[in-house]
Amino acid sequence: MNLAWRDVRHNLFRFLLTCLGLSLLMAVVLSMIGIYNGLVIDALTIVRAPAADVWVVESGTQGPFAEASRIPGDTRASIARLHGVTEAGSVTYQTAEVDFAGRTHRLYLVGFEPGRPGAPLALVAGRPIGRSHHEIIADSGAGLALGDRVPLGRDRFEVVGLVENQVNSGGDPAIYLPLRDAQILQFELAPPAARVQTARGAPPQSENTVNAVLARLDPNVAPDAVAATIRQWKHLSALTQADQELLLTRSVVDRARRQIGLFMGILLTVSAVVIALIIYTMTMEKLREIATLKLIGAPDRTIVGLIVQQALALGAVGWVFGLALVLLIKDYFPRRVVLEPVNALALAAIIVIVCIAASGLGVRAALKVDPATALGS
Amino acid sequence: MGQGARETLVETAAISKHFGEGETRVDALREVSLTVGAGEVVALLGPSGSGKTTLLNVIGCILEPDGGRLRLDGETVYDDRWLRQDLRRLRLDKIGFIFQFHNLLPFLDATDNVALVLRLAGRERTAARGRATELLDYLEVGNRKDSMPANLSGGEAQRVAIARALANSPRIILADEPTAALDSRRAGIVMDLLRKLAAEQDACIIAVTHDEKIYDRFDRIFHLRDGRLEPREGAST
Repeated sequence: MNLAWRDVRHNLFRFLLTCLGLSLLMAVVLSMIGIYNGLVIDALTIVRAPAADVWVVESGTQGPFAEASRIPGDTRASIARLHGVTEAGSVTYQTAEVDFAGRTHRLYLVGFEPGRPGAPLALVAGRPIGRSHHEIIADSGAGLALGDRVPLGRDRFEVVGLVENQVNSGGDPAIYLPLRDAQILQFELAPPAARVQTARGAPPQSENTVNAVLARLDPNVAPDAVAATIRQWKHLSALTQADQELLLTRSVVDRARRQIGLFMGILLTVSAVVIALIIYTMTMEKLREIATLKLIGAPDRTIVGLIVQQALALGAVGWVFGLALVLLIKDYFPRRVVLEPVNALALAAIIVIVCIAASGLGVRAALKVDPATALGS
Repeated sequence: MGQGARETLVETAAISKHFGEGETRVDALREVSLTVGAGEVVALLGPSGSGKTTLLNVIGCILEPDGGRLRLDGETVYDDRWLRQDLRRLRLDKIGFIFQFHNLLPFLDATDNVALVLRLAGRERTAARGRATELLDYLEVGNRKDSMPANLSGGEAQRVAIARALANSPRIILADEPTAALDSRRAGIVMDLLRKLAAEQDACIIAVTHDEKIYDRFDRIFHLRDGRLEPREGAST
């Protein structure tokens, strides 16, 4: 007969209530793991989207995400001619706030040359950009629908396609638009400002500027070698795709990543302490029954089993409820929550270890109980 | 009932036990010698702190004495130099305990409370439950076999506790105030039942009690004073 199960069944409501409390804690831990993953994945989404091998940026910078980078628009033609480069495309990146349909949308504008690297790879609705101006492809998280006409700068842009999960490291949804439109939005001065500049005698600013050029390489060519070649041009710098990803995770989102990681560690510690306290309290409440069991001749393994099995049941039910809760609500978080099976399994393993360790306190107390306690002495 | 040629089940010889040292030393038992035979029902009386429960704990293999010799059902448990190691198994096989407040496990029904002792002794589930039902029927609480302890009356719970104490057919039954939680009618019924069990199962019963109403149910009554055991005046010894 399984004493742990009988005891749980006898106090089922209380057990479930305890499990519910624990599951909320588990849900918070799993959410933090999901947010952590989401942060890293979001940071890499835009970088991975164009499937580039080399990023060409302004000399002396680590652009375009970690630092500002501006290079001449004709750089693409020079890069495309390099040995091993199969395709090249110019891109721009900028953040914009747009008032539309009564809401303020914070958007990440990605300018690209249709048909060249930098274009969004997979649409979930609509079509690719077909005209050279005033059409955009929006991330579904931006809250825009096909056919919406969104004001950007002095023009309105029609949403012709939708993509999914394309956000920048800050979680702002991406908007893909033709490079020329993006250049106007980023580099063209508003008419009053342009007039002042002309009156001051400043030379006209070139609008044919981009933030980076993306290069795709022949599979037999080493990206490092191409990047090294590009760096020989004094006005340019180059990062391989691996460099760019490392830069983002180690630099751009590093603080946020560490912050969440630390908070996750604190949460796990708190969970461990809470589990330990619950199990210890459950054991202390059963001391008389434990004393009776010892007195009637129950071996230590029966008593240890009672405590450890209940601790594991508590952890398992808490974990299942917590996981179910997170899976139910994760899509309502403002930022992406990504839970991989390995994360849930890792937490399960941690909970098993915590439960066994925490039951150590209860087991210690139980094994110290004098059987004579049952006799009332 | 006289002792005659009864088989000796409990034998303590010059058992002593003290707690604390120096000025705080308390001699709970001073060379206590007691022999109880099969079928006997014996009472231990005495004021609080006189050593009754300590003696019960020593006989119940819960407390190791400081000196003397203890034999249970022909087996030496302690003899000044040697202590049997597996006291828990000894308790399971040879001793049944009856408590003041029944001490049934609240999460097991009446049958499982009794069957638990048999399961701990290695009996198969069906056989254990069968024997438990038999005992509950014998103690006239078979109709409450599926009830949880919280739903049993004091008398019913005490009968279930007695059934549990008898489950492994122990030959030594130790009872700590077995009737303290019962009214006088039920106390009498429980004591008559214990006497019947002792006679039928050839077991002995040693009970600590303060309940004067049941003194006439005991074959012998001992008084513990300052750790010394004395036969009660006017009682047969």
